[in-house]
Amino acid sequence: MAGAWRSKLFSYGVAVPFAALLGFPFAWMAITSLKPEAQVYDPTKVWSFHPTLTAYGYLFHHTDYLRWIRNSCFVGLMVVVITLAIAVPAGYALARLAGRVGRTLGVAIFLTYLVPPTLLFLPLSRVVAQYLHLDDRLWALIVIYPSFTIPFAIWLLMGFFKSIPQELEDAALVDGCSRFGALVRIVFPISAPGILTVVIFTFSLVVNEFVYAITFISSSTNRTLTVGVPTDLIRGDLFNWPGIMAAILLPSIPLALVYNLFLNRFITGFTGGAFR
Amino acid sequence: MVGAVATATGKRRRTRVRYAAEGRGVLAALLIAPAVLFIGLLVGVPLGLAIYLSFTDATAGALTGQWVGLANFRDALADPIFRGALWHTFLFTAISQAVVIVVAGLLAHALVHSFRGRWLLRFFILLPWAAPVALTAIGFLWFYDPQASIWNWFLVHLHLVSKTNVPNWLGTPKAAMSSIITVQAWRTIPFATVIFIAGISSIPQEVDDAAAIDGATGVRKFWYVSLPLQLPIAIVAVLFGIVFTATDMVVPYILTSGGPFNSTQVLTTWAFQTGINAGDLGQGAAIALFMLPLLAVVVVGMLFFARRAEVT
Repeated sequence: MAGAWRSKLFSYGVAVPFAALLGFPFAWMAITSLKPEAQVYDPTKVWSFHPTLTAYGYLFHHTDYLRWIRNSCFVGLMVVVITLAIAVPAGYALARLAGRVGRTLGVAIFLTYLVPPTLLFLPLSRVVAQYLHLDDRLWALIVIYPSFTIPFAIWLLMGFFKSIPQELEDAALVDGCSRFGALVRIVFPISAPGILTVVIFTFSLVVNEFVYAITFISSSTNRTLTVGVPTDLIRGDLFNWPGIMAAILLPSIPLALVYNLFLNRFITGFTGGAFR
Repeated sequence: MVGAVATATGKRRRTRVRYAAEGRGVLAALLIAPAVLFIGLLVGVPLGLAIYLSFTDATAGALTGQWVGLANFRDALADPIFRGALWHTFLFTAISQAVVIVVAGLLAHALVHSFRGRWLLRFFILLPWAAPVALTAIGFLWFYDPQASIWNWFLVHLHLVSKTNVPNWLGTPKAAMSSIITVQAWRTIPFATVIFIAGISSIPQEVDDAAAIDGATGVRKFWYVSLPLQLPIAIVAVLFGIVFTATDMVVPYILTSGGPFNSTQVLTTWAFQTGINAGDLGQGAAIALFMLPLLAVVVVGMLFFARRAEVT
């Protein structure tokens, strides 16, 4: 009993201060976003001020913010579709391939996820401009992003598919299903939550991406969220800090909520691919 | 008649194709091929091109140039800014990830058992990972603002620094380095914590019980039983953190762009400035390629520990 009490004390004692520390920047962003612009530098108004939503209005009506969000969502959805179309079959096949071949190939594909954009963006910038003629187009991002979302998605999906017993499919085969039929009727429905997890984390990888977006896109209207805010909203020396803080918070909070909801599935997939 | 024969052979062929497709190996190859093709085209080819470019004097606007051999690498190594960037990359990675290991280790042990309010605490701890880092880094630009830094407000009110002599977080070399390291640690802690938790929960209950029966408790149990068992997964998480810190440019790019006086210049920001801003594609590619040896070491380490993890 004393042990349980001590372990609770340890949990709160560590988690509460660190949650406060890691979360504080967001609290401070929220506070700044509610301040009138004229008061952000005022040392007497650090904590007491008249909250206002002016910054949010400024963001929606006087900047391309909504457009950047739309661009990010468009690229995100297209990349999710391409990623699923390619990664679901591959992840399934790799999970079912018994023995060394499947494992080695799976790990090899995953390792390509580690090849960083900062190593590839120089040649890709020329390929995009000269051969694909997609410079300054959102389609450049849609074509390039699957290069890191596919390895990542295959890895997670391998983990999920491995947790589905082979016997279920065998039973379907015995009952006269084709392999493909078993896949569509048995495996996919069971792994729907896993696939949804992949959709969410693929989408957020795309929304997060910065290096390719800043290299390939040059005009303000074609920018994605992560590039639009740092390049367009921070111009000259007079930043509208409340507006910028609002621009950061709006996408962050919903993303954190879905991360929290899908965290356990993410862990299953991420560690299941290798460690099971 | 002829038509009937044709349909018969057609049918036979179709059954044969179907039969072949039902074979495990063929089906697997068909399902995996698109992924391998896509990755080969968009990772393999550019990687090859990057290596090729690093041996040429290609400039922006072209994908070819004169072969210059190892000149780009020699130039890079002779350049004090590049040597500084190598050193800063090492500092940036080593210090931030050391902090991450300690904090994430503590947090993982605190969060692994369920307790009232864990969901909310976990939400706050996940925030830095879930939020797009290119955006949150801008938030830190504001927190480090020379006139209105919130950190300075705390420091002044805790009487740690005087009001007239507050630190300029991004404007002086040492402080700028500490600032970007802090942000990088802040944003990698959640992921490491999550994977560490997975490592701890992968230890079977029986092992815990057996250790308890043998009288192992507290620190001794942690050191001799829990730690060795969770280590392989934890190491994979740490290797991940190292790769994503050493090869990422978002935090230094947005907070300092390598300044002041190149004091926070890392390999990635320097490759970007050389290759894109200055338009020296060959030189930029050569600088970026210095990431490859690190990558190779991490990959080997990961394969080794992933296999260890599988055995346990």
